[in-house]
Amino acid sequence: MKKILVQGKTQGIVLKSNDPINFLGTVDKKTGIISDKNHDLFEKSIKNTILVFPSGVGSSVGAYTIYSIKSNETAPLAMICQKADLTVATGCALANIPLITITDEEFSSIENGMKISVDTDSSNPIHYQ
Amino acid sequence: MELTREEESALKGEQGEILQMAYRILVATGEATNAEKLIPIEWAHLSGVNYNTIGDAGEEFLSGISKDARVKVKTTLNPMGFDIDNVSNYGLDENFISKQLSIRNSYKTMGVTPSFSCIPYEIFDIPKDGTQVAFAESNAAIHANSYDNLKTNKESSFSALASAITGKSPYSSLRKENTPNVTIRMKVNDPNELTYGMLGFFAGKVGDTSVNISSLADMDKRQCKAMCGGMGTSGTCAKFLFGDGDSDCEKVDFDEKEMQNIHDELNTAEKGDLITLGSPQLGLDEISDLAGKLKGRSFQKRCMIFCPRTVKKQARKIGYTNELERAGCEILSDCCTCLTPLINKDNVDAVTTNSIKGAFYLKNSNGVDVNLKSLSQIIEDETK
Repeated sequence: MKKILVQGKTQGIVLKSNDPINFLGTVDKKTGIISDKNHDLFEKSIKNTILVFPSGVGSSVGAYTIYSIKSNETAPLAMICQKADLTVATGCALANIPLITITDEEFSSIENGMKISVDTDSSNPIHYQ
Repeated sequence: MELTREEESALKGEQGEILQMAYRILVATGEATNAEKLIPIEWAHLSGVNYNTIGDAGEEFLSGISKDARVKVKTTLNPMGFDIDNVSNYGLDENFISKQLSIRNSYKTMGVTPSFSCIPYEIFDIPKDGTQVAFAESNAAIHANSYDNLKTNKESSFSALASAITGKSPYSSLRKENTPNVTIRMKVNDPNELTYGMLGFFAGKVGDTSVNISSLADMDKRQCKAMCGGMGTSGTCAKFLFGDGDSDCEKVDFDEKEMQNIHDELNTAEKGDLITLGSPQLGLDEISDLAGKLKGRSFQKRCMIFCPRTVKKQARKIGYTNELERAGCEILSDCCTCLTPLINKDNVDAVTTNSIKGAFYLKNSNGVDVNLKSLSQIIEDETK
C-alpha cells in the first residue's frame, strides 16, 4: 500500500538497493557513503539521491544517524521504501526527509538512475520523468 | 491517520519548529503502526539517555532541541552511563563523562524528571487503571501493560520524546483491546527468576504484539521484572495476558527443552570474573531481600549492584547499603547493567548475572561472556 510517512517535495535521481539498510554503523555520516562491504551499495554515496530500498534494519538509534547526515548535508533528498520500519520513519521525521512506502510491484519497477519527482501533496506523489 | 485542525496546524509548522518535528514523528510512527488518530497520554518515560547508546549524533540532537523543546506531561528518564558519585573509580574517559553530562543537562532543560531509572513502575505512583502512557523502555512498557493496568505502545526513544513534548501518542494496537493469537503454556517446574527471564525471552520471540501465558504460579516482584526484561530483549511483543486465551489460540509449550535452548544461547561461560545484579534495576524490596540473604557472608569477587538513586537513598536510611557494602558490593545509582560502559572486555572476560536482559546486552554490546545463575545460586557459590 502506498503511504506517506513524512511529507515533502523534491526531485532527483534514484539510487536503488535491494538490501535493507542499517543506518547505525553502515553509513558514513561525513560523506553519506555506505561502508558495509556486504551491501549492494558498498562505496556508493546516498547524498542528494532519491534513496529506494526495502526497509531499515537494526537499532532504532539509527534514526539519529539519519538526523546527523541531514545536518552534515550528506542525506538523501527523499526515501522510498517497500515496508515502513520505525527507525527510518522516525529518522526521516526528525530530519524532515520525505518518506513514502510503495507496493512491491511499484518497488520492482523503479530502476537505478531514473529521474523522479516527489510531491506528497499531489494525488500522484511519485512522478516518473 | 486523521488529525485534528490543531494537530494539522502544528504539523505545518504554525506552532514552531519543535512541535512540527514532534508531530512529524507521531505521524510517521502512527502511519507505520496503522494508527487512525492521536490520543492524549499522561506520562512519558524516555529512553535514549546513555551516551554509550545514542553517541555523538544523539548528544548533538538533544543539545540542539533542548534550547526550545519543553515537555508537556510528566516525563521520566531511563538510566545513563554512570553514577556521578563514584564514576572516578571506573576509568571512564573525560569525553564520555562530558558528553553524558551534556545529555543529562539537555533533558533537565526540557523539564524531564532526572530519574535515571528503567523501573519507573516501582519508584513512581501508578496512575488509575486504563491510563494511557508512553513508555520507551521495553521492560517498563511490558510491566505497565501487563501488571500495572496502564496502556502503552512499545515506544521508540523518538515517539516517546514526541509524546512528552505534545502530550499525545498514536492510537496503535497495544492501546486497544487486543487478543493474542498465541498462548504459551508454562511447563517448567520450580521456576526461579532466571526461569521467568527465559520464559519472557521465549515469549518475546514467539509473540507478535501480545501473548497469553498459562499455568503460571504466583510470582514475586523479582520474577515479574525478570519476565518483562526477558521479553523486551528478544522481540516486539509488549504485553502478557495471564490465562489460557481463546480456544482457537495456537498453543506453544515452554518446557525444559525450550529453556535449555535459551540457556545455551545466552550462557557462554562456566564462571564470571565479576557479578552484576540489576537489569532491570533493583527496587527496595530486592535490596532488602539481598541484604537479608547476605547476613554475615561476603562476596569473594566484585559484585556490582544497580538501582535507582531514590532506592539507594531509602536503602541507606534503612541500613541496607551498609550491609551490602560490608559484603563487598559496589552500589551504583543512575545506571544499569544493560549497556553499561563500566564493564569492558579489555579487563573482564565473563560476568555472572541472574538477568536474561543483562546477559543479552553484556554478550552482544559489551562483548563479554556470560555465566547465568539464579540469585540464590550466586549467593551460595560466590559468598562466604
